[in-house]
Amino acid sequence: MQNITNLVQDAAKKLLEDKTVDLVVGFSGGSLPLRSTPCFIRTPEDTAKLVWDLSCENNLANYLRKKNQKIGVVAKGCDTRSIVALIKENQIDRDKVYIIGVPCSGMVDRNKVEQLLEGKELLEITRDGDTLALKGKGFSKTAGISELLHNSCRSCGHPNPVLFDQMIGEPVAAGEVDTFADITEMEAKAAADRRAFFTDQFSKCIRCYACRNACPMCYCEECFVDCSTPEWIGKTIDPQDSMLFQIGRVFHLAGRCVDCGACERACPMGINLTLLNRKLVKDVKDLFGAEAGLSLDDKAVLDTFAPDDPQPFLVKE
Amino acid sequence: MIISKKDIPAFLDGLMAEYRVFAPVKTGTYTMFQQLKAGAEAVLDYSNTKIPPKGILFPQSEKLFTYSLTGEGAKVEEVIDAAQSVVFGIRPCDARSIALLDNVFNNDKYQDPYYLTRRANTVLVGVGCNDPCSTCFCASVGSGPFDTAGLDLLLVDTGEAYVVETVSEKGRELAAKAGLTAAGDAAQAAAARVKEEAAVTSAVSTDGLKAKLDVNFYDGIWDLIHEKCLGCGACTYSCPTCHCFDIVDDATGTDGCRIRNWDSCMFPLFTMHGSGHNPRTSGKERYRNRVMHKFKYFVDNFEAVACVGCGRCINNCPVNLDIREVLADIRGSEARLDK
Repeated sequence: MQNITNLVQDAAKKLLEDKTVDLVVGFSGGSLPLRSTPCFIRTPEDTAKLVWDLSCENNLANYLRKKNQKIGVVAKGCDTRSIVALIKENQIDRDKVYIIGVPCSGMVDRNKVEQLLEGKELLEITRDGDTLALKGKGFSKTAGISELLHNSCRSCGHPNPVLFDQMIGEPVAAGEVDTFADITEMEAKAAADRRAFFTDQFSKCIRCYACRNACPMCYCEECFVDCSTPEWIGKTIDPQDSMLFQIGRVFHLAGRCVDCGACERACPMGINLTLLNRKLVKDVKDLFGAEAGLSLDDKAVLDTFAPDDPQPFLVKE
Repeated sequence: MIISKKDIPAFLDGLMAEYRVFAPVKTGTYTMFQQLKAGAEAVLDYSNTKIPPKGILFPQSEKLFTYSLTGEGAKVEEVIDAAQSVVFGIRPCDARSIALLDNVFNNDKYQDPYYLTRRANTVLVGVGCNDPCSTCFCASVGSGPFDTAGLDLLLVDTGEAYVVETVSEKGRELAAKAGLTAAGDAAQAAAARVKEEAAVTSAVSTDGLKAKLDVNFYDGIWDLIHEKCLGCGACTYSCPTCHCFDIVDDATGTDGCRIRNWDSCMFPLFTMHGSGHNPRTSGKERYRNRVMHKFKYFVDNFEAVACVGCGRCINNCPVNLDIREVLADIRGSEARLDK
């Protein structure tokens, strides 16, 4: 990872020195263990702040929309998929973005770390090959990195950048083909059980909208949930309203969600958001054989019509 | 006074006969203040709850009154919650935040009956922090791990028992009602030792901060500070001193109610005028307001910073925008009014 960090720094430095870009968006070391933070680099000297590690979890495509400057961005597989999807939606001008692609072997989920440490505070981490040593006041635990990765990373089928101007490091092998086992398991449950599960999840929601704001594809100037005339959904923390908000959000992301997991990572309350998102990702894949953000050449799936599209809602002739 | 740790569940069960009792309860990987169903649910060896307990006095969604249209006309009924409550196990930072909120909900311009009725009927029993987290910076904002501001009773963990300090008359009454016994000299000495040893490791300097904020409204630093902010409300809703709200009506047919919900200055709609004009057009203005409100406007109005150093905004921010770094950056910046 140190090696990748150096390569990212070198690449960013060169881009700023030869004025290919005005700004590089990447990650720098954060203020907490396992917490790298998005950073904005404007001078060649500042590129020394850039890092690449197991906690570069934010989707940086979020910072690229409607910018006038030429921006270099350090992008994982999922970030590049979001960039592709946003280019197709005219939110990013391809000519104004320089993509420093970084193959990604997954990011560590702090919620899983918290679970492992049973609420005790993490103060220091050290990496030894495939394991992490997690230390705090009076304790030390080791865990395999693969066990601690975000679920979205564990099921990620596109860890390598799908679009880039420059690739850093070697491509990594994609994991096993995503079978959507989590979704089929949920689909198999009775409706009442599903409702009970999601009601429990959304009873935790504080309506901070971190999920929406962390999502690169949620860029409406006025979100339906904020609108008060008409008031599409209630503004309180009633779990039914919070659930309706999330279901509405997920439908708006049908065929657009790249399954990066940024929404769930951003949630301070640890709500399982990927199940709803991935249900739509799975449906779009099953019905139309499409995955969002993989190629600039095809049209966005809900932007096209083919006579043989599945139309189970039509009256049979 | 003193209470043995093993007696806490029974003590809480006893209180529950007379009061609604709120205490930290384990929910998944974190703790949250909840109304107890049994004393044994309370968890006291927690670092801090995910979301502050301010919602017990100032709920996130609160019904102010109900209304209905009948044959005789419109009927309006105010909803005032006057139930007796105990908040047990609140941390000193959170109790201090309630003392700060008192300024907002009870001043010479406005008295909020909803908050004040709850406040008058609530006893705050705090637990000092023997082992503050790495993100706790209470000592830098006029508080500390055994601060008694806002509290009625303070419990000091001495291992097997809590030594109980009386802070207010309300606290004295509760302790007398519960029949707590006096603490011996050895227990008192142990409590004093614990207080001495508790160390807050994180520090933020606020020296000269206010003077800088007084003049740097137009400073270029605001263009950079907010840059990674996503504009969500995770910091606001996890902040014990944030208190802005929005009022909405929820009505069906001829019946409805008026509700106030927590609101966040990080949202674009927060300052959206009816005309469509928005004076805070971008994240820059919104984040500046967040800092200004806590470290300048609140100081101007009430002579205290509206931050208790609980560190929740640091832990809950999805992009690790750390208020300690923000304040350090502002203090380090050259501030001029005319920029």
